Amino acid sequence: MTRSDGRGLRATVLAVVLAGLVLPIAAGLWHTVAAAFGHLPAIGKTEWSLEPWRQFLALPGAWTSVKLTLWTGLASTALSLLVAVGAATWCYGRLGPRAIGRLIAPFLAVPHAALAIGLAFVIAPSGWIARSVSPWATGWSVPPDLAIVHDPLGLSLILGLMVKEVPFLLLVMLAAMSQVPAAAQMRACRALGYGRSQVWLLIVFPQVYVQIRLAVYVVLSFALSVVDVGLVLGPSNPPVLAVALTRWFLAPDTKLILPASAAAIAQALIVLFAILIWRRGEVAVAHLGRAWICRGTRSQTWTWSSSAAAVSAGCCLALGMLALIALALWSVTWRWSFPAALPEMFSVGAWLRPGSGWGRAALNTAVIGVLATGLATVLAVAWLEGEDRAGLPRARWAEGLIYLPLIVPQVAFLYGLQVAFVWAGIAGGVAAVIWAQTLFVFPYVMLALSRSWRALDQRLVSSAAALGAGPIRRLLAIKLPILLRPLLTAAAVGFAVSVAQYLPTLFMGAGRVPTLTTEAVTLSSGSDRRVTAVYATLQSALPFLVYSAALAVPAWAFRNRRGLTGDPA
Amino acid sequence: MNALELIDISITPPGATAPLFPPVTLTIPAGEVLAVMGPSGVGKSTLIDFVGGHLGAGFRASGRVVLDGRDVTQLVPERRGIGILFQDPMLFPHLSVGENLAFGLTRRVARRSERRARVEAALARAGLDGLYDRDPATLSGGQRARAALMRSLLAEPGALLLDEPFAGLDGETRRDFRSFVFAHVKEHVIPVLMVTHDADDAEAAGTRQVVLRHE
Repeated sequence: MTRSDGRGLRATVLAVVLAGLVLPIAAGLWHTVAAAFGHLPAIGKTEWSLEPWRQFLALPGAWTSVKLTLWTGLASTALSLLVAVGAATWCYGRLGPRAIGRLIAPFLAVPHAALAIGLAFVIAPSGWIARSVSPWATGWSVPPDLAIVHDPLGLSLILGLMVKEVPFLLLVMLAAMSQVPAAAQMRACRALGYGRSQVWLLIVFPQVYVQIRLAVYVVLSFALSVVDVGLVLGPSNPPVLAVALTRWFLAPDTKLILPASAAAIAQALIVLFAILIWRRGEVAVAHLGRAWICRGTRSQTWTWSSSAAAVSAGCCLALGMLALIALALWSVTWRWSFPAALPEMFSVGAWLRPGSGWGRAALNTAVIGVLATGLATVLAVAWLEGEDRAGLPRARWAEGLIYLPLIVPQVAFLYGLQVAFVWAGIAGGVAAVIWAQTLFVFPYVMLALSRSWRALDQRLVSSAAALGAGPIRRLLAIKLPILLRPLLTAAAVGFAVSVAQYLPTLFMGAGRVPTLTTEAVTLSSGSDRRVTAVYATLQSALPFLVYSAALAVPAWAFRNRRGLTGDPA
Repeated sequence: MNALELIDISITPPGATAPLFPPVTLTIPAGEVLAVMGPSGVGKSTLIDFVGGHLGAGFRASGRVVLDGRDVTQLVPERRGIGILFQDPMLFPHLSVGENLAFGLTRRVARRSERRARVEAALARAGLDGLYDRDPATLSGGQRARAALMRSLLAEPGALLLDEPFAGLDGETRRDFRSFVFAHVKEHVIPVLMVTHDADDAEAAGTRQVVLRHE
């Protein structure tokens, strides 16, 4: 195997990524754009016009949906970042990265939808919080008629997103911190008379932010276009745009498809617009920060603000924890009348009837998750190995392509993709779902794996080569075993992403592939809490089990290898 | 008899316009250690990487590497039969000490029992008796260094490259390991190219020294 073979490998991987990932997104976007301008031969429309846009804007609540989307997306992202930054400031020097990692790890595995359902069980007027203070504090003997969940301002949607995003941003920041000589800078700046929080905010954070920018944009794009959390917690009439247009797409009335396509393109433009606004905000904040630095004001006293943020972050974690406990509790409840603080009768009945639906949904979820993750992991290893073997510098433009599915909102191209599938004569089903999920799993696996892969000491690989080991043996006997831990962690991340997918499963499965996520979201609107809880509990437990295995397997395999039991590189 | 010949070697790092040092031509007969000295940053390790075939992406290099009359310049590292020792021993952290050595041992020794015996014998010679199953991370610096040398020699290389192999050790350990290395390479009768910035190491090798200077 020579360099040119390496280039061949890389070209192959690139071709697979282009054909399997970029092309479909482009085709999906194209079909959506075409439909947005009146061209959709499938329903007999071939005239180009602006009519779908007029129809979209004339739909009841369309403008409110757009405004709600921008508000909830920007507010939840800004608040999550603010709380995460403040909490990181507070944690710095108090809690090590390992302790924080242990604290927030469960939330990374749990899908957004499950957390949202659990949160609804906690904060609803008939939820756990109301129950635990009633009737002695509130006087309520029946749930009050308050719109807490589905509130018209989207506050519970914002809260639901924060519960998931604050831990995520905190973790991303911790990972980025290891790239910044924070401890030395902290000492140097404190010696100049600056307080700890101030050094963190003015000196360390700007360096960290540059590294987490992509993650922040991903969070922003997600918050603006999320459907499942929007369905569970968001305003209902009118809902956020992503929820509204999903409804229009899935409506039996085909007349709504063209305006829905226009709305899908509007959704993509909203994300673009919001990122631009965010970017302007970054510049403005940087400007203020510089001015502040140049003034040279020393302040040792604003630890209160970081403490406040730490308390907020703690509340997010506590709410998330309560949400998960509520799910588990409801899944074994038989009778729990308001306002009892705890269930009056327990039953494992729901768990004993997999045939009622959750068995099949769990099996689908596991099979799709394992296959999508396997595909994505193999592709990621091939990508990184091709990079190593080709002896070429990293191709940033190609890496940009990988992360496309994280930034472009799913709704903007999924319907078009469905159209492209029908056009190509591919039926929706399990295979289509696996493939569509791989689009979203692959970027996350790459994100999780590439740093450790590139940090592997090349001299280990050179040593193996000098001992006569060829490229395949170097990969199988040296690189993969040494990278087992980051490899399995990346796979666990991928699995969690797969389990959480809602829209791709709904669209590409043509409604025939029920998974835990699609069922839980459907059931959450008004069904029996006990049944919903079974689905949502499983939905959280499955990725959590995989995460635990991803930690336990290398720990066991390398129990006698001190060089491999430290933090992953 | 084996000899390592470097003919007219010139290397330009990525982004640079001028080569690191004037063209290098050297012949190292078998059993001899040649010490390449020079200030840091002059490209001593880069020269080693070129000879071993480990040069990173973006380097431009010209010249030839001839081992035992065979031009190996175009060969991938695993086909050159040139061993390498770095400053860090680079024992594979997921393998036991013995497995590390077995990874190095040439496939010409095929029988399982014989392979095991050869590894055990090498361990014994390195003063590592009975440490076959040990985690390399639990060895002392000197033990690790000796294990790394034994791993290289078990591959039966036609030549050996030493990239500041003593720099990570101190005092007595360093002197012990140095004489251990030189004794073994004399016995194996192979050419050895060593780069170092420590005159002591070069003196200890007791042989020719070449000094690289910036072009």
